[in-house]
Order: sequence, then structure tokens, then C-alpha cells
Amino acid sequence: MIAFIVRRLLQSVLVMLAVGFIAFSLFTYVGDPVNNMVGQDTTLEQRAELRQRLGLDDPFVVQYGRFLVKAVQGDFGISYRHRRPVAELIAERVPATLELSFVAAALALFIGVPMGVYTGLHRRGFLSQTFLAVSLVGISLPTFLIGILLILVFGVMSQDINAALGFTLVPQLPTFGRGDTVQLGWWSTGFLTTSGLLALILPSVTLALFQMTLIMRLVRSEMLEVLRTDYIKFARARGLSNRAVNFGHALKNTLVPVITITGLQLGSIIAFALITEQVFQWPGMGLLFLQAITEVDIPVMAAYLMLVGFFFVVINLIVDLLYYVVDPRLRADKVVAGGHG
Amino acid sequence: MMKNRAGRLRRGFFAVAAAAGILAGGLGAEAKTFKWAFQGDIQTLDPHGLFETFTLGFQLNFYEGLVSRTPDLQLQPGLATSWENVEPTVWRFTLRQGVTFHNGNSFNADDVIFSVQRINSEGSDMKVIATLIKEAVKVDDYTVDLVTDQPNPILPLQLEIFMIMDKEWSEEHGTTGATNVKGDDQGNYANLNANGTGPFMIKERQPDVRTVLVPNPNWWGDAQSNVTEAVFTPIGQDATRVAALISGDVDMAYPVPVQDWKRLEDADGVSPLTGAEARTIFLGFDQDRDELLYSSVKGKNPFKDQRVRQAFYQAIDIEAIKDRIMRGAATPSNLMIAPQINGFNPALNARLPYDVDKAKALLAEAGYPDGFTVTMDCPNDRYVNDERICQAVASMLARIGVKIDLLAQTKSKYFAKVLAQNGYDTSFYLLGWTPSTFDAHNVIDSIMSCRVDGKGSFNLGGYCNKRVTELSDLIQVETDQEKRQALIDEANRIHADEVGHIPLHQQPLSWGVSDKVSVAQRADDMFHLRHVTVK
Amino acid sequence: MGVGGERQDEAAAAGAVARLGDVFRRFFDSDLWHSFTRSPVVVVSALVTLAVVGAALFAPLIAPHNPFDLASIDLLDSEIPPVWLDGGDPRFLLGTDAEGRDILSTIIYGARISLGVGFASVLFAMVLGVGLGLLSGYLGGTVDAVIMRIADVQLTFPAILIALLIDGLSRAVLPRDLHGDIWFTVLVLAIGLSFWVQYARTVRGSAMVERGKEYVQAARVIGVPPLLIMLRHVLPNVMGPVLVIATINLAIAVITEATLSFLGVGVPATSPSLGTLIRVGNDFLFSGSWWITIFPGAALAILVLAVNLLGDWLRDALNPKLR
Repeated sequence: MIAFIVRRLLQSVLVMLAVGFIAFSLFTYVGDPVNNMVGQDTTLEQRAELRQRLGLDDPFVVQYGRFLVKAVQGDFGISYRHRRPVAELIAERVPATLELSFVAAALALFIGVPMGVYTGLHRRGFLSQTFLAVSLVGISLPTFLIGILLILVFGVMSQDINAALGFTLVPQLPTFGRGDTVQLGWWSTGFLTTSGLLALILPSVTLALFQMTLIMRLVRSEMLEVLRTDYIKFARARGLSNRAVNFGHALKNTLVPVITITGLQLGSIIAFALITEQVFQWPGMGLLFLQAITEVDIPVMAAYLMLVGFFFVVINLIVDLLYYVVDPRLRADKVVAGGHG
Repeated sequence: MMKNRAGRLRRGFFAVAAAAGILAGGLGAEAKTFKWAFQGDIQTLDPHGLFETFTLGFQLNFYEGLVSRTPDLQLQPGLATSWENVEPTVWRFTLRQGVTFHNGNSFNADDVIFSVQRINSEGSDMKVIATLIKEAVKVDDYTVDLVTDQPNPILPLQLEIFMIMDKEWSEEHGTTGATNVKGDDQGNYANLNANGTGPFMIKERQPDVRTVLVPNPNWWGDAQSNVTEAVFTPIGQDATRVAALISGDVDMAYPVPVQDWKRLEDADGVSPLTGAEARTIFLGFDQDRDELLYSSVKGKNPFKDQRVRQAFYQAIDIEAIKDRIMRGAATPSNLMIAPQINGFNPALNARLPYDVDKAKALLAEAGYPDGFTVTMDCPNDRYVNDERICQAVASMLARIGVKIDLLAQTKSKYFAKVLAQNGYDTSFYLLGWTPSTFDAHNVIDSIMSCRVDGKGSFNLGGYCNKRVTELSDLIQVETDQEKRQALIDEANRIHADEVGHIPLHQQPLSWGVSDKVSVAQRADDMFHLRHVTVK
Repeated sequence: MGVGGERQDEAAAAGAVARLGDVFRRFFDSDLWHSFTRSPVVVVSALVTLAVVGAALFAPLIAPHNPFDLASIDLLDSEIPPVWLDGGDPRFLLGTDAEGRDILSTIIYGARISLGVGFASVLFAMVLGVGLGLLSGYLGGTVDAVIMRIADVQLTFPAILIALLIDGLSRAVLPRDLHGDIWFTVLVLAIGLSFWVQYARTVRGSAMVERGKEYVQAARVIGVPPLLIMLRHVLPNVMGPVLVIATINLAIAVITEATLSFLGVGVPATSPSLGTLIRVGNDFLFSGSWWITIFPGAALAILVLAVNLLGDWLRDALNPKLR
């Protein structure tokens, strides 16, 4: 087990190196940062000089090497756009993104899994069909459109709707930013204020919608398969209660793919958070990264990609470890194949 | 609430003198909070860090220049009470007495001289101003001479955005050089902290999240604003920004998309505030290469033929663009400069008529009766409805047989492709320009002159007429306003006759304002808190 | 010769007809067909999908206008509402967009691009992902480690950045005259590359489970080559989750294409896809011209819904364990 983790950690270093290599090879194609850093009257010579000063004329391998040397010393450079250390900027933004992703993931799991089980058990039920259809409509609209529609309904039209109805049907919700935050050490949290919690609603729903649909459909599809297996039939034959069969045996067996996907989705929630953060002006890493792409803020892009690479490495490591916990067959197999304990 | 506020003030965030807080608290009964949103945040608090309209306009709330401008852009005294051209190359500024910086230090000639040195420092993006000033000489504590290399009749016009910093404060905090993008120093103090003389002071700053300003109780000027606290939030997405305005979360938001004006008019309590911006949008051709990089025409360059350029010009229905894309709010133009710009002459601003038949005939005469194919470069997040203008132009040109392959990209990719460092990699493009000096010379020099001796750096197509280039030099040093205007007119006339570029229009300013506040709109899109009143 | 030959031909023909009839009979007798006809939802979904794909394929014949013909669109026709609203114009059934393009025609032409990019990229991702996932899960060891670490690297880069890289590289390598034609390949590669990991990791997980089972081990013992085991025995058992992901990915692919096009690495603005139409129309949602974005949005939603329902049915119907 420990050897496995150590080996994976070593591999992770290679992953990070590869991420950095690819990242630097593509920065050339994102655009030219210098034009965003100077005013229009800055002369060509001054622009060229700045470009040279930033080392943008060097081959990307050289730029990457320079980045690595500094990065291992904990120095990720200075943001071109903010003119502040990148590490400081990202540390400031991480809480916002993680809190949003956490709420969205929780929503997706706690709604998606039960709905998946329900639709799996009651395959042809009217409610099941409705769940499936509605959830699909939710994912077939682009995130930006869903976000804007939510803003339109809960920010712009809510007053008019309620006035027309004579009672409050649609509450007015914050449509941008995090509301008031409380500082706990270096972590800023929106969980402790009313405005902070309200501000979480629209973005987290937008972000969760897609993951929820995916998880629900996946659980359903796995449930359907498992319920038909001999193993479940035997369990029923043994006279176990429906509840014990459905949740004790069936659900447990659906968990391998669900864990894989959910684990991946945790990663991709952060990736999907890009658009959601942009639409709701959520001051997280995603917004920072999108702005960095627009402004070609290379130090921020590089650090962000390395960090996200690190996230994925860790998440996938945890997912693989969870496999062992959930599915004993894998454990036995892996021990034989890997030859370690 | 107290907890939140206390929590928010932390390392990296800025809290100005405690006096400000006490003042805001003391006026609690009459608290007038003003909240506004823009599409981005300022990049730095350092007034010499970035030459960019929004950043400079924002900084002018807490820093000031020697001169300032009224909302209709007339020059007025700022930190200098008067100025005169004592010799052709010497401008003498008499400084205002009794002015203090926000930290209480007093303002005098040393601060001006220090600031001139600072805009010459390595990280400065104000070198454009720095190159105008050869030397700053202290005459006495409240008189400074700015010496120029050659006569410069318009120097004061260029100085509003040259903001004065406190020498003692800067030295104390080790920020004698402008915030350097190449971060060898880990964060310049002036990047996140400010100490100006302006009517407002920074109370709190969280970059990209919010910035809070409070009035400067000791400002020398006549405070017209009744704002006791101003909260700025950047909101990147147009729809989110407009929604925040309509829902009352902010009192003012800009820019708002022109197509949303009707929504603002219909909604209760908000309305659009529009005006003519001084930015001219135009099309340019590669007239330099012998063969276009992106075209079906091989072996020659159709844009070297004036008839082709004129055909393009006359094929464009500018009124349709104005009506449909700009909601009637653009100002069609035949000049490369706007009416607000010094040197504008209305007599030269009549456009060639929109005439498809004439355009076809010109094209046939030039040897392209069936048209040709050319790629057009266009930004899609830089100017008002830029991509839509390009699409409209493409469909108008299709009617005279010219097939446009449209390559619309984000500004970072667009500029990286078409500007000098990439060898002007374009055949046909759309660009916009506001002369930062508000004087025609800037445009004639940067866009209309041949690409020689540092001129024509934004003449992406390489339009070249020796006389225009010569005129640019003459205009620069001509101090007689009447003669100068004649020279500007001559350059503009030649350029228009040869269809060096196709000017389209000046784009509109587009702000959304709550009925609860009144603000002043400047034609350069700068927004100043000193003109805000909350009802 | 003549008679005999004729008779032989007849016999052969009759045999062929019988065989063909047999095929049809078997098909119509099959569970597949029964489960198909049993569910009206599935029949409707199939019809909708067919209609959309058909409309896209035969766009020039069906669409009332050609919105990609720049000379035919007039800016003065912009933002006309659908025909049943005040100010509607009978020429434009669903109204026009901000450039004066007919919405209905643009949806039909745009669906062509979107479906092309969507199907191609999902197929590409699926083949790549399932293949690598099978290898990884079945072989394990070093192969597994290498593939999964490549997957980790891949996951880090959003489609936007991959598209920028591929687009930039191909523009640097290819001559300028070809720059206008590379967008389809760039889109399919970029979107496909950003999707394959999902398949690979899902398939790998299931393949690891399957290969521990008795039947696979039995097959291995009797000397069936690994490749055959994977294709015959492991693959069918992992297709369920793969189809779920694929049908959902189709929707994301269409949307991703719209985002990439905004960056200038996708379809040209003058020939908008369904996704681009939605994205651009978004800017007009507040101004009251809702039809520019709502109709293409509805078209996309209906299409995705139909494809997903079909996918659900196909998965259930093809799964041997579910019969």
C-alpha cells in the first residue's frame, strides 16, 4: 500500500513536469501579453524591450526551465496583470472556488444518487421518466445560457413577477460576487454570513446541474444492470428485504463506476467552474484563469495549470485507493498483479 | 458586520488613514453610498504603471495631475493654477499652494520633479509623457519649468494623466520607480497603496473583487459630490453587469451593450446614458506588400490600387451599420479623428456616398470584375460590437463580389497577429483609435505616416504618402494654431483622397445609470466620482 | 442450359429473397425491434433524431434561405421577430438574428456543423478512450500507469487551451492558403482530446473488475488471445456507462465548439453553428430579441434529449444482462 502510494507520487512528479512542458509550449499561441500590459502610445521599441525583459523572446523550453528553477523555490513569478506574486493571488482565490465546488458537488451527490437509485428501481414510473427528461433539458443547454437565464429570472425579473402575482414566488437572489466573507486565518469563507450563503445559491445550482444529471444517469444505469444479476436474484430468493437488497447489495455494487466518475467530476467541477465563475463574477481561480487567458497572463496560467494538474493527480490517487475499499475483488487482484501489500 | 469588515482588511488589502473611517462613521446619518461596476478592474494603483484609459481614469479619483479637465474635456487648473509658454521649449507651471497629500505631507515643486523622474523609471508605462519632457527645473517651491526638446504647443493638453506622487512617501516606502511588470521586486508598495492629493482616498482594496473609496476631507477643490462612500466592483459579463444595475445592486454600470438600452429604458429606476466617444473605428488595408498574404489574388496586391480601396469604401452602407448595429448611436465619419479632437474640421467630414454600382464599376475598372477573396482580421471583444461590424462589412462586400473570410478573435490573439511584432500579419483589418493627447497629431503620426523613424507604428497596412509624413513633423512643432490647423487639414485631405484607411464611425459611450444618482460622462469614457451626486 | 440456368437463377433468387426475408423476419422478431416498438417515447426520439439529421444533411434543399451566402443577407432585415409576433415577416418564419440571417435556415445549416463536429469528436474520443481504457485496465502494470498518467496530464488542460495549441501549431506549419479550412479538424481534435479520459477511466475501472471474473480467467486459461478477450468479453460489459457518457458528451461537444469559435479557433463567424448562434444570441436575451437564442437553444435541447433517450434504449436493449 505504502509502496503503491510512493510510486504514484513519483509518477505525479512526472505528470506535473509534463503539464508544465505542454503549458509552456502552448503559451505562444494564446496571444501576446505585452499589448495588454502597455498603453496604445507605447512605442514599438519599448514594447520590444519589455518583451525581451520578460524573456518572451526565448524558446519556450528556456522559459519553462526558468519557471521550473523558480517554482521549486516556491516562486511562481509575478502576474503580468495584477503585478503581484502569483502564489499570493491564487491563495486568495482558492477558498472561493473550493467552497463553490464543494457545495455544487454536495448538491450533485445528494440529489443525483438518490434520484439515480429511484429511477433505477422504478424504471418505467412516470416520475422516473420525468426526472430523466427534465435533467436532460438541464444539461442540453450551455452553462452560460443557464446562468444568464437564472440571473434573468432571479435578478432582473423577480420583482416584476412577484408584483404581477401579488405574492413572493421568485425570491430576489444575488447575481454576482460572494457577498460578505469572513476571514479565518488565510481562508475567506462565505459560509458564515447570510449574504455569503445567498450568493452561493445561483452559481452552485448552475454548476451542480450538469454533474447531478450525469451522476443520476450513471447510478441508474448501473442499478439496472446490477439488479438483474444472479447475485441479487439470490439475495431476493434468500428472502432479504427489498431495502436490504437495494441498498445493501445493489447500490454498493454500482459504486465503482460512480466513484470513478464522481472523482473525475470533482476535478471537472473545478474545470466547469470556469464558465460559472465568469457568469456570476465569482472571484475564484476559474475567473482568474479565464482572465489570464484573455490577457495572456503567462505566470498565472502556468501556476494555475500546475495546480490543477496537482489536483487531478491527488483526486485520481484517492479514487484508486477508494477502489480498494469498495471492491474487494480489485484488492485481491491488485495484490497478485502488483506483488505488494 | 463589524466582524466582516475587520476580517476583510488583511495583508495585501489596503486601509487608508483611520481618519477616513472616522469621517465616514461620523456622517452615518447622511450616508450616501454609491456603487458602480465596470467590465474589468484597474490593473494597478500605481499612477505610472499602465497607460490605459480605465486605469488612469480610476486613479484620477485619488491622484491628480498639474492640469485637469472639465466633464466636457476643457482644460482647467489642477495642481498647477496657471501655465505659460515662456520660451518655445519651456512651459512654466505655477503650483497650487496649501495642497496636502492624503497622509498629510504637503505638495510642492519637489514632488513634481520627483514624479517626472519616476515616469522615466524602468517599469513606467508613462514613458510617452516622459519623452515629451527633457527636463524638469525647480524655479522655486511653487514654480516648475518643464523643458522640451523642441517646441511643443500642446504639452499642457497631454498632462492631465501625468499624476503627481509624494516624494517623501515614495522614498519612505521604497517606491521611487514605477511598478515593474518584471517582478524582480516582490510587489511595489504603490501597486496596492495610494497616497495622492485627489478628492477621494482608497479605503479598502481587494483586486478583482471590490474597492472602496471615501472622500478626502482636506481636498483643495470645491467638492460637488455628496458621496460618503463609493464601492467599485468589476463585473466581466455584460448580462451580469446589466442585471446588477436593473436589480439595484449597483447604481451605475458601464459599458452596457447598446442592444440593452431599450431594456434599461423600459425598466424602472434606471436609464442608459449615452454620448459620442472620441474613438474612431476604421478599416485598413495592407498596401505595402507586393502580394497579399491572405487573398485569392496572386502576384499583385489589389489594395495598392486606389480604385479598389474606394470600391470597398463605397460598398459599405454606414447608415445601416449605425441604425442596426449601433442602435443609431454611432457618428459616421470620414476623418480618422472625432469632433472632440483638436484639429477636427467638419468641412472635411462628409463621407463618400454609399453606392454599390459605383463600387462595382471601380472594381471592374481596376481589373476585378468578379471580385476576389481576402481574409479580414477582426477583434471580437475590443470595440463596441466589433465582430458584428465585421460581419456586416463582409456581407456588404459580398454584394460587389468580394468574398471575405472573416477571422474574428479575442483581442489578445488579434493584436498578437496583426501588430508590428508579428510583422503586420494581416491583409484587411478593423481597428479603433482614440488619440490620448486629444490632438490630431497623434493619429497622423501613429496611423497615417509611413512606417519610418518610429512613425506609423500602428499603420498596420503600411499606407505611405511622403507628404503626410512630412506634415506630421511640421504639425508637431508648429505653435501658430491657425497654421497648424491648415497643416492638419492638408494631411487629412490627402489621406481621405487616397482612401488610406476607411473610417467608419465614432462609437458611442454606453453607460447605465440609476435614477437615484447623477453622474457626468466624459467623451473619453473616463468616470470621476467628484461629479457624482446621490439623490 | 437455358432452362436449367434459369431455374438455377430462380432458385438462387428465391433463396436470396428467402434469406433477406429471414433477416427481416429475424429483425422484426428480435427483442430489439420489440422493445423499440413497445415504447412510443423511443419511436418519437428516433423520428426526431432522424428528422434533425436529415434536415442537416439536406440543408440546402430544405432551408428557405442560405444563411451562409453573405450576399443574400441584409443588415436591414436584422432582428425581425417570429412571424406570429408584431412586426414579423412571412419570409422569416422564426425571425432573424442580429445580422439579418433567417433563424430557421441558420438552425438547419448550423445543426449541420454542430452535428458534424459533435459526432466526429465524440466518436474520436470514444474510440481513443475505450481502446486505451481497455488496454490499461486489462493489462495493468506499467501500461496502466503510463496511460493513466497521460490521462492526468490531459485532464489538466481545458479544451480551450488544447484548441489554441492545435490551431496555433497547424497555422505555423500549414501554408496560409489552408488556414481557412483547418477549423473542422482543429475542433474535432481539441474536443475529442479533452473527452477521451472520461471513457478511458470508466472503462479501465470496469475492465479491472471484469478481468478478475471467472469467465475471463477461464478464457485466458484455454489460450484465447488477450485482444480477443478484451473485445469479446470485456468490451460488451463496459458499454453501458460508455454510452451514457457518449450521449451526454454530444451536448457538451456542441457547446464547447461555440466557446472555441469565440476564441477564433472554430467556425468562422459568418457561418455560425448551432452553438455559436446560441452564444451570440445570448447577448440579445435582455434586449427582447429572445428568439435569436431560444429557438436554437430549443433545437439543441430537443436533439440532445432525443439522442439521449435513444442511447438509453439502445443500451438497455443491447445489454445481454437486461433481457
